[in-house]
Amino acid sequence: MSSAAAPDESPEAEAARQLGICNACRYCEGYCAVFPAMTRRLEFAPADVHYLANLCHNCGACLHACQYAPPHAFAVNVPQTMARVRRDTWARFAWPRALAAAYAHNGAVLGIALAAALAGFLALAAGRHGALWGAPATGSFYAVFPHGLMVALFGPVFGFALLALGVGVVRFWQEAAGGPVRAAAAGEAAGHALALTYLGGGHGEGCHETDEGWSLWRRRLHHLAFYGFALCFAATSVATVYHYGFGWVAPYGWTSLPKVLGTAGGVALVAGSAGLWWLRVRRHPGHAVAEHRSMDLGFVALLLLTGASGLLLALARTTAAMPLLLCLHLGSVMAFFLTMPYGKFAHGVYRAAALLKWAVERRQPSRLRLGGDA
Amino acid sequence: MLDVVVVGGGNAALCAALTAREAGASVLLLEAAPREWRGGNSSHTRNLRCMHDAPQDVLTDAYPEEEFWLDLRAVTGGRTDEALARLAIRESARCRDWMRWHGVRFQPSLSGTLHLSRTNAFFMGGGKALVNAYYRSAEALGVAVRYDVAVDAVECAGDRFAAVRAGAERITARACVLACGGFESNRDWLRQAWGRNARGEWPADAFAIRGTRFNQGTVLRALIDAGADAIGDPTQAHMVAIDARAPLYDGGICTRVDCVSLGVVVNREGERFHDEGEDFWPKRYAIWGRLVALQPGQVAHSVIDAKAVGRFMPPVFPGARADTLEALAGQLGVPCAPFLDTVRAFNAACRPGAFDHAVLDDCATEGLVPPKTHWARPIDTPPFFGYTLKPGVTFTYLGLRVDDRAAVHFGGRPSANLFAAGEIMAGNVLGQGYTAGVGMTIGTVFGRIAGASAAAAARQHG
Repeated sequence: MSSAAAPDESPEAEAARQLGICNACRYCEGYCAVFPAMTRRLEFAPADVHYLANLCHNCGACLHACQYAPPHAFAVNVPQTMARVRRDTWARFAWPRALAAAYAHNGAVLGIALAAALAGFLALAAGRHGALWGAPATGSFYAVFPHGLMVALFGPVFGFALLALGVGVVRFWQEAAGGPVRAAAAGEAAGHALALTYLGGGHGEGCHETDEGWSLWRRRLHHLAFYGFALCFAATSVATVYHYGFGWVAPYGWTSLPKVLGTAGGVALVAGSAGLWWLRVRRHPGHAVAEHRSMDLGFVALLLLTGASGLLLALARTTAAMPLLLCLHLGSVMAFFLTMPYGKFAHGVYRAAALLKWAVERRQPSRLRLGGDA
Repeated sequence: MLDVVVVGGGNAALCAALTAREAGASVLLLEAAPREWRGGNSSHTRNLRCMHDAPQDVLTDAYPEEEFWLDLRAVTGGRTDEALARLAIRESARCRDWMRWHGVRFQPSLSGTLHLSRTNAFFMGGGKALVNAYYRSAEALGVAVRYDVAVDAVECAGDRFAAVRAGAERITARACVLACGGFESNRDWLRQAWGRNARGEWPADAFAIRGTRFNQGTVLRALIDAGADAIGDPTQAHMVAIDARAPLYDGGICTRVDCVSLGVVVNREGERFHDEGEDFWPKRYAIWGRLVALQPGQVAHSVIDAKAVGRFMPPVFPGARADTLEALAGQLGVPCAPFLDTVRAFNAACRPGAFDHAVLDDCATEGLVPPKTHWARPIDTPPFFGYTLKPGVTFTYLGLRVDDRAAVHFGGRPSANLFAAGEIMAGNVLGQGYTAGVGMTIGTVFGRIAGASAAAAARQHG
């Protein structure tokens, strides 16, 4: 492996080549965790590259600061190369393996999943309710789809998604040889994941979007989308407790806890995902990978559709549009769950695992004793 | 009419442009490179040597004026202008808040550079991040920036600046700052300066240029031809021994080879020629370029054994690797018998000691010429590694004489409206030698002085 040789075909080998250059330079050490983790290594085997790629947040700082970035012949572009490797690791660890191909054709996969889920709910609604237009007398979703039916549909799909993601990330952890985890490391990793520390550029001023300027917008919008999603999830969880624990059956009033959480979450999710779409299409072409566009935008679009259809449904619950909107919302939620382990959603799970690995690793003494640290 | 034209687009030029603009001048900055190569050698830098009397954010302890001055006097062998050197040192204590104001961020010293944590403030992301921040600030403040404008002539009426010319274009201004680097990228000039040695070789033909290809020295030559006072020796430069596979230009920091002090260095004939363990490598790396340039073929080979692996900054190119010294000699292309004799003699001369790369330890050779005075351990544990070295020029020291206002001189008289900053005048402070980060100190301090002087000159002569 020659670090300064021509760019390699395989993303892993190309990442290893570039990291060989970075490790001899190290100017970017202050930006994020990738470079301090790099300096604990002299060689970059595929397992190291998979780990470092998932630790990379694609903030772009190291590209704009790089003296070896194109048009330099060394052609170092860590964010873009790491993005390539990252997607390949999710496919590599996908379970069942046959579904790994979903990553290579992600736009089509998301489209088919959404179409199939929509068609399924539309057919069910038409079959059960007799019509897709017209408000049920009770104004209850359960008049269209009984609670038990929804649980029977979503429960197994969500459970499978968690299982598939879990199997993948455990395999990733095993390959990375993460080692035993103590509470301090877990807490630190969770803190960095929840705060998106490494979208701060090391100085807290943000990451790059279109040029050399720093911006906090990606961090803010990601927070909106993530915490909005979390609030929606919390709304569903609270409603589940109401339903089974107290026998309080939906619909709930606007001031009820599930409704407040769901509305706030829906608004945040819509704003966050719309904003992330806006940032993604404007991103500097050097950061992102052109072939990942459909995966990245498809995921954000599905989030946006889920949030927007949920809000519309809440507003139009008593109108004739309710059954149709319910199908749209449930179809998008179902498509989201179905594709969770086979699309961009995986980034959060693998990123968290990589952050945990770093939190564990940096507490261990380095095996290297470079003379310059004397 | 434009107040100030700045020729150049690196750190010194940007500091001058920003300072002149802050003083109210209209400023045009002319960068010879296209935008993607802007910033000259500054894009390859990483820190600024700073005087400070107490710990400051990323700087530990204290680095008082007197210590900085003694360090500078020592590395230059006294070939420095004390008044200008002390000016640069004192101002280095005052420039970082201004740099931060313009978007430069600092970070603790990088791994492998803890020895610099007291003396040098590291730019977060390195010099290209600094250059990016300055360009953004310049745009925000209304400095006009043009790329791809290579100034090839400077018109003066006596010692007064009148205009610059770039091809057919003539740009007039009330004052001018020249901050367009040394002549290190000009291979013909280097060849002529170094001449032909007793072996009939043209040593400079073997040099790589560690930085930008745009420092052709056109403006420096034009000014010297026009009667500006020059300072410095054209063969003096910041010169590092770098990996022989480094590219012709812009190899930057990563082509350095940091294992010299851990092994032996032999020349093309397989013979040692200098004490590899003279001092800590960061204090010695900038003399090895010159040492290698004086060897036959301008080439040398750093040889280590397995004991050194993991103890030095990883080099960008993998070394030659062999299980026997004979095989290594073959790979490096050095004659086997003399090479083996050299290593055997070295190994036999190593006195037992407590090896510690973190201190000037007691592992030294005895009765060997040249000696290795620290970290001498027999080269006896396979696998063996070899890195072929060649001289890498960072920047040249021949420049324009200036005073404490950064004014260019003609026949001993300062020009009223022509100023210089950065590499083009670094020779006033650096007659020879180098100490890490002082180039950026000179560029930043004299850039700001030149910018302020130019703005004042424009006001006076408006």
